[in-house]
Amino acid sequence: MTVAAQQAGTRVPAGVKPRRSFSLARHGTLLASLGILAGFLLLWEFLPPALDVPKFIIPTVSDCLVELKRMWFQERLFSHTMSTAFYTVLGFAIGSALGAVMGYLLGMSAFWEKVLSPYILALQIAPKVAFAPLFIMWFGYNAMPKLLVTVLIVFFPVMVNVLQAMRTVDRDLVNLARAYKLSRWGIFRKIEMPSTLPNLMAGLRIASTLAVIGVTVGELVGGNTGLGFLISYGGGQANAAMVFNAILFLTLIGIVLYTVLARVEEKILHYLPKAEH
Amino acid sequence: MALEYRGVSKDFVTNPDNPLTAVRDINFRVEEGEFVSIVGPSGCGKSTILSMTAGLYQPTRGEVFVSDERVVGPNAHVGFMLQKDLLLPWRSIVSNIEFGLEARGVGKAARRERAMKELRHCHLDGFENHFPYQLSGGMRQRAALARTLAIDPEIILLDEPFSALDAQTKLLLQNSFGGTIAAAGKTTLLITHDLAEAVLMSDRILVLSERPGTIVAEIRIDLPHRDQPLKRRVLPEVSRYAAELFGHLKLEEKAL
Ligand SMILES: Nc1ncnc2c1ncn2[C@@H]1O[C@H](COP(=O)(O)OP(=O)(O)OP(=O)(O)O)[C@@H](O)[C@H]1O
Ligand SMILES: [Mg+2]
Repeated sequence: MTVAAQQAGTRVPAGVKPRRSFSLARHGTLLASLGILAGFLLLWEFLPPALDVPKFIIPTVSDCLVELKRMWFQERLFSHTMSTAFYTVLGFAIGSALGAVMGYLLGMSAFWEKVLSPYILALQIAPKVAFAPLFIMWFGYNAMPKLLVTVLIVFFPVMVNVLQAMRTVDRDLVNLARAYKLSRWGIFRKIEMPSTLPNLMAGLRIASTLAVIGVTVGELVGGNTGLGFLISYGGGQANAAMVFNAILFLTLIGIVLYTVLARVEEKILHYLPKAEH
Repeated sequence: MALEYRGVSKDFVTNPDNPLTAVRDINFRVEEGEFVSIVGPSGCGKSTILSMTAGLYQPTRGEVFVSDERVVGPNAHVGFMLQKDLLLPWRSIVSNIEFGLEARGVGKAARRERAMKELRHCHLDGFENHFPYQLSGGMRQRAALARTLAIDPEIILLDEPFSALDAQTKLLLQNSFGGTIAAAGKTTLLITHDLAEAVLMSDRILVLSERPGTIVAEIRIDLPHRDQPLKRRVLPEVSRYAAELFGHLKLEEKAL
């Protein structure tokens, strides 16, 4: 907002801060973040050699980049990454769909929720990744075990979030819908489903980060594809740079999935008032 | 007549040994087009009466009739509004107003037309595509009234619709509701804590006792301008009616 524009009588809506200082603050945080990254990379490049830490313990940034090139051309890094990304998304989709359906079903039946809640709690606490070796015993060295671990790990946060939200749907809204003679299905579709959407989206965001863990553990424990496999392979060869690079790519997969979900959430939940900065 | 209570009592059984009687032996009638208010101490069962009229739950004893039909469940004759506007935050204002019509098999175009008409009656022109969070509390209550009127109910039930608003907005909204309801010719039951509000808006006021609530007084307000509470407000008789209500509620004794 320039002085000239203000003098010209342009109306400034309440709560909107002048543009310039806003973007300055934004650039400020961006610059600071980039500064920290640069500092970290520099330290990583020069500190380990200065302290005589061997390359197979902590490779430098340039070692990692050299290794990255080698992995790309000789270890089929791209196809391993695609495989991991595929199973992450697939496991995430199946697990969260099952979790959401289960959450809604239990949310509609107080009886079954009470009956099942101790088992749900127990399963929720049990470390899901520890099931991986069992799944390999049952299904062999194929894609099934990692998919199952992912589905299992994704299922609970989604289900619990949905169930929690179903319990707290505004009774008066439901009564209003009843007074308007909406059917049970109509109440679900027009009141309960949209009311629980923010919680569902929050559950999906948590689940997206867990999905990467599920697939990685599945690949670590058995199989010969995916970034998890590259980690255990690189670890076996004392190739720390390879492990570092695989971790980097796993993180990227997680970030992409999370960002897509956050964008979708912002679109869908546009009607929630945004907090002022 | 539009609404009749015949010997209605309501018990809530949360603790089987000691059921709680919310209201006891309520008898009253509301004629068509009449505006009746119910006042009474907190917890005396006012909202319970509203819920039973809307058919959300059944009386323990006695019967409720709306338009000569016994109320056995939610029905198309009544529309209700609470202190909370109960607008769906994920819907635009116009689509909120349409909400009640959707379960009634009204076609899409007809729904939109009805909703836009009520929107204008409630002075919300230009806000149809806004979302509830973008409206003030007073505008949201007007949108809720538009939604209630859109289904063309025979009776409108209002449960303290103005009590969350500041004093000025309240006066303006009472005036706007009074006008809109009179123009639509709707039978109305208003539940309120505000004695002045009851006097300004009603044809008749029912006073409930402490819980278990029963009707202890009935006051007819013989004043003009029911459709313009702001005009009625300046009449000298208003304070006399308020004082009478004050006496029936035994507020002076309680203050001691
Ligand atoms: N669903 C319910 N289950 C059990 N008790 C209830 C229920 N609804 C209301 N009550 C009880 O019935 C009594 C009357 O409640 P009600 O909400 O009708 O009071 P009210 O007159 O509307 O009060 P207020 O003026 O504070 O809104 C209260 O004691 C309340 O605790
Ligand atoms: Mg009440």
